[in-house]
Amino acid sequence: MLVVDISGLNKSFSRDKRALNNVRLQVREGEMVALIGASGSGKSTLIRHIAGLLRGDRDGGKIAVFGETIQENGKISRGARKVRADIGVIFQQFNLVSRLTVLTNVLMGMLGRVPAWRGSLCMFTKSERMRAMSALARVGIDGHATKKARHLSGGQQQRAAIARTITQGARLILADEPIASLDPASSRKVMNTLDRVNREDNVTVIVSLHQVDYAKDYCKRTIAMRDGEVVFDGPSSQLTPAFLQELYGEYSSELFADGSDDTAKPVAEPVAKKDLAVATS
Amino acid sequence: MNSSISSTSLAAPDLPPRDLKRSMGSMLLWAFIFGLLAWSWEGADMRPMALIENSGNMVDFADGFFPPDFLMWKTYVSEMWITIQIAIWGTALAIVCSIPFGILCSENIVPFWVYQPVRRLMDSFRAINEMVFAMLFVVAVGLGPFAGVLALWIHTTGVLAKLFSEAVEAIDPEPVEGIRATGANGLQEVIFGVIPQVLPLWISYSLYRFESNVRSATVLGIVGAGGIGMVLWEYIRAFYYAETAAVMIIIIISVSLLDIISQRLRKLVT
Ligand SMILES: Nc1ncnc2c1ncn2[C@@H]1O[C@H](COP(=O)(O)OP(=O)(O)OP(=O)(O)O)[C@@H](O)[C@H]1O
Ligand SMILES: [Mg+2]
Repeated sequence: MLVVDISGLNKSFSRDKRALNNVRLQVREGEMVALIGASGSGKSTLIRHIAGLLRGDRDGGKIAVFGETIQENGKISRGARKVRADIGVIFQQFNLVSRLTVLTNVLMGMLGRVPAWRGSLCMFTKSERMRAMSALARVGIDGHATKKARHLSGGQQQRAAIARTITQGARLILADEPIASLDPASSRKVMNTLDRVNREDNVTVIVSLHQVDYAKDYCKRTIAMRDGEVVFDGPSSQLTPAFLQELYGEYSSELFADGSDDTAKPVAEPVAKKDLAVATS
Repeated sequence: MNSSISSTSLAAPDLPPRDLKRSMGSMLLWAFIFGLLAWSWEGADMRPMALIENSGNMVDFADGFFPPDFLMWKTYVSEMWITIQIAIWGTALAIVCSIPFGILCSENIVPFWVYQPVRRLMDSFRAINEMVFAMLFVVAVGLGPFAGVLALWIHTTGVLAKLFSEAVEAIDPEPVEGIRATGANGLQEVIFGVIPQVLPLWISYSLYRFESNVRSATVLGIVGAGGIGMVLWEYIRAFYYAETAAVMIIIIISVSLLDIISQRLRKLVT
């Protein structure tokens, strides 16, 4: 079954430059896909379009999720809110409401499912609360349920955001750089959680990443973007250092922090670093 | 080894060149300010000499206030309570109205054809002083505290709606987007995404307005809108300065006490 089906999608924030350029993309059920590309290549923009949070240009582009059109020709469709209930979005900045408790934040995942008046008054049944708690237990932070979201560490907040999508019963998770602001240990935990949700619940996952290593470790398929265009779509194992070098440009060696990139030349590197430092100061 | 880092071993950086344009600008600004003050001198009928010439009279006048006469203190205190109660109701009604109006004034929540007219309405509420509203309401609903409540209500709604909407416009959009992404509706986005973010500020603004409404309410009585101001006005008109002094002292003490309490509360929420 096709979970995401994008055709002919363009997006221009300004007249002269396209943030998304004729994107065509299909993702099938149960896949875990990595989305890579340099800063500004359009990863976040693409993810926000899939969730129906941004409108594409009015030139015939179309996005369907689970067979339901979420936007077409620059217009968000009427049923978008219903489709969104099946899509869990995880953002780099966690997008939790920091003053509410972790449990309340996770319960918010059910707003699209319970009757509007009940959701608005934050009246959730016991079984709904239990569901939220067990989602927190699954990501390993049920001990923090009554804390304010802002009192959690970055990795814990990100797992709370995942718990929200689990509670939501999302069948598609869109994660936009979920580990960009986390240390390696927390990053692993978050990626492992996504991986388990993908394998155990058959939830389709699209995750944008800055670290190519994680893409290779966790995702069979990678989509690479440059200047709003999909320039690679295939098995992650086929990503060659030469291609990545080209994708990320001159300083790509910094992306392979744990030394897995053996093409980085140790002699040349300090020079490059120094140049960079001068350029940015 | 510390001495090796001496200031002389480093070349002193050059001072940045003086910016001629900026110093010209500040000269012009000062000229403008003094010009403005000079221009307003006559209109404001500034006569500093009058203060000195009449200093004898002033001393006599001030003498009339001492000692303050607290014989009727029970009346003063109960009228002060009424004043505070006027402020409580005026502020409470204003807070309730400012929540929807404040949100409808926020350009990150509603389209411009909603926030523009609502903002203009709030501007007009705010532009007119509560004393003017009080005079109008005294005519409409009769003398007494209720007119004062209505006056504070309208004016404060204009003020708080603006402050509330400024808080809303400064929120983080990300949590709101997070809520929207779950399939929530627009009202739920506001309830769970916006309100938790602005609540501490809203409470703080509301308390602050309550403080200033107590101060305003003390003078509302002068136009007949109830409370201690009415008593004060009677005494001033009748030249009962000792009693006037007593009333003023009661006002100063109560307003200061409320300010202190309210400030404590504001510290707590932010
Ligand atoms: N709201 C916006 N208004 C105008 N331009 C935008 C907006 N959002 C994104 N862009 C532009 O669209 C392009 C793609 O941005 P996007 O945020 O999707 O990149 P990204 O791949 O997610 O980058 P990063 O890795 O830094 O997050 C950039 O050139 C950016 O400046
Ligand atoms: Mg991004």
